[in-house]
Amino acid sequence: MSKLYKFPGGIKLPGHKAISTSQPIHKAPIPDRLFVPLRQHIGSAAECIVEKGQRVLKGQMIGRVSDYVAAPVHAPSSGTVIDIQKFPAAHASSLPSDVIIIEPDGKDEWMQRQPIADITELDKSELRNMIRFAGIVGLGGAAFPTFIKLNPAGHQISKLILNGAECEPYISCDDMLMRERPHEIVDGAKIMRHALNAEQVIIAIEDNKPEAIAALDALADGYDWLLVQAIPVIYPTGGERQLIKVLTGKDVPSQGLPLDLGMVVSNVATAAAVHHAIDLQQPLISRIITVTGSGVRSPQNFEALIGTPMSDLIELAGGYTDDADRLVVGGPMMGITLKTDVTPVVKASNCLLVQTPADHAGEAIIRPCIRCGECVKVCPVKLLPQQLYWYSQAKYHDDLQSHNLFDCIECGCCTVVCPSHIPLVQYFRFGKSEIWKKQQETLKADRARERSEAKTLRLERIKAEKKAQHAARAKKTAAGAGRKKEIEAAVARTKAKKAGDAGSAENATDNA
Amino acid sequence: MLLTIISLGVIASLFGLLLGYSSVRFRIEGDPLADKVDSLLPQTQCGQCGFPGCRPYAEALVKGEAEINLCVPGGEDTIVTLAETLGREVVPLSDEHASHVPSLAVIIEDWCIGCTKCIQACPVDAIVGTAKQMHTVIAAECTGCELCVPPCPVECIDMRPIKPDISSWTWPQPFVAYGARN
Repeated sequence: MSKLYKFPGGIKLPGHKAISTSQPIHKAPIPDRLFVPLRQHIGSAAECIVEKGQRVLKGQMIGRVSDYVAAPVHAPSSGTVIDIQKFPAAHASSLPSDVIIIEPDGKDEWMQRQPIADITELDKSELRNMIRFAGIVGLGGAAFPTFIKLNPAGHQISKLILNGAECEPYISCDDMLMRERPHEIVDGAKIMRHALNAEQVIIAIEDNKPEAIAALDALADGYDWLLVQAIPVIYPTGGERQLIKVLTGKDVPSQGLPLDLGMVVSNVATAAAVHHAIDLQQPLISRIITVTGSGVRSPQNFEALIGTPMSDLIELAGGYTDDADRLVVGGPMMGITLKTDVTPVVKASNCLLVQTPADHAGEAIIRPCIRCGECVKVCPVKLLPQQLYWYSQAKYHDDLQSHNLFDCIECGCCTVVCPSHIPLVQYFRFGKSEIWKKQQETLKADRARERSEAKTLRLERIKAEKKAQHAARAKKTAAGAGRKKEIEAAVARTKAKKAGDAGSAENATDNA
Repeated sequence: MLLTIISLGVIASLFGLLLGYSSVRFRIEGDPLADKVDSLLPQTQCGQCGFPGCRPYAEALVKGEAEINLCVPGGEDTIVTLAETLGREVVPLSDEHASHVPSLAVIIEDWCIGCTKCIQACPVDAIVGTAKQMHTVIAAECTGCELCVPPCPVECIDMRPIKPDISSWTWPQPFVAYGARN
């Protein structure tokens, strides 16, 4: 056990985790239809490489990538592609996105695989490429492509931190994974450690998960580079920067990355996915998802194929209770409310929370801000939420940026403690996306200006060239005598050529 | 008395020389205010303001020869920033222009006869094609200025509103009525 530190702010929240941890992880059956979105990650969407009517095998790549920040998608089971169409995404906007619809044949037939015997013999860049083509992204919720994180980019990596904090209430998928399959996490940690050349791997777990800590501790004894660290329960200790602060006392700079401190943070479930991808050659086609909340009859964790409709999982968890009224993907603090339950499970879906009116009774009547400063006390990034709130309302984008809006992790602590019940995070999300939109517009306008200037210049150049040509021609015509001589010379040349054709080719050249 | 006049005269001529020199030495090419105003305009080059492009409109604004509410694609946001920059009053966008929907030009390729007229009209070179060959719009470069629409002899250019998608979606502004439920 090493010394632990504290990050500023944070709040204690009721966990509500036990309701979904009493049952083991159930494997959800293959659904009637699999809806595999092409964009399940941060970065550009994958490009569909299958056709309607094509048979696909389990694990076969069906969406490829060409951009760096992107992840391919794979068929979660064998079957036939029946359509490629727009489908509502598990996104705050509920806007449709491209989805490959597969009708499984029930055989669950794998593509050809060749497991690797010894990963230490692999070139590190080859290893990262394998992780990339297995479509591995961060499974904690952000879905950032993992192979990018596993590139030390010249930094000496002292610590690889595997995040098993799972600090958000209700979610228990990482807890169950650590309890039931700790060896998968450790095997994944071996591979990630090798890719990063990391000195030490720390698995950080909130101390309200004694079973998970015990399970991993039992395995960690065999490795001197592996440390299982229990950390105090406080929300949001599972945030990347907060976790680094707790474990090492160091602050990641505002615009920087953990990499700048020689650290990489990754979710425990991502480590297990890396193990599947490398040791078993199984791309990321399933994940563990918690279906919980007072709105479902039998809360539990499922291992579900990517593309399984959320409604199927609700059905497996005993269905909705009579008073269920809100569906949230993610936890109660940072999750987003869905408008429909037909959306499929994607790589980032860690939890499906069904709420009842009693759960959001706390969202009482909204009153004006009284500047009490409670939000400042709990902000884990030391921002001034009450100030950002005004700036966001007034759309003062420069002030928002100078008050470090983009450091906000949207943890929701400020919203929870606000005595006026102002939905502060909504204002911050609005401010962030407005600034982002403005930046995109400026970029587009700059490009349009460049192109328009280039066109004007080109037209002017062509005009000038034409003018010069005209001038040259006019000059020639003016010099009439010269022109006559030219014609005579040309006639002479033709005659000589004719004569030459009769004779040898060499003569012709000489005459010319 | 004489000494005062001479010394003041010398100082005055020295400063005069200095000013004269610096006006030549530190001369600023172009008009910095026009550059700034130009950077606030959306660069669609659509000409809906009545000027042949964004830059000419910016120059007219700086000279005080144009109203600040003529930029249709820029909308209200542009009027506000122009008013701040030029120290003028905010005026509402004229009614006929108020319903501007950002859109992209799309060539119905089956109908295109390859006349190149739209290519010549496009201010940002966003249409590719050559004589008697089908033309097409590079969607990423199209500013939606509609200048290609009138020259087309076969009416094969459609202006299609840009549909919101996940990558361009933004969070809505929270609407809060005090005393209302969240």
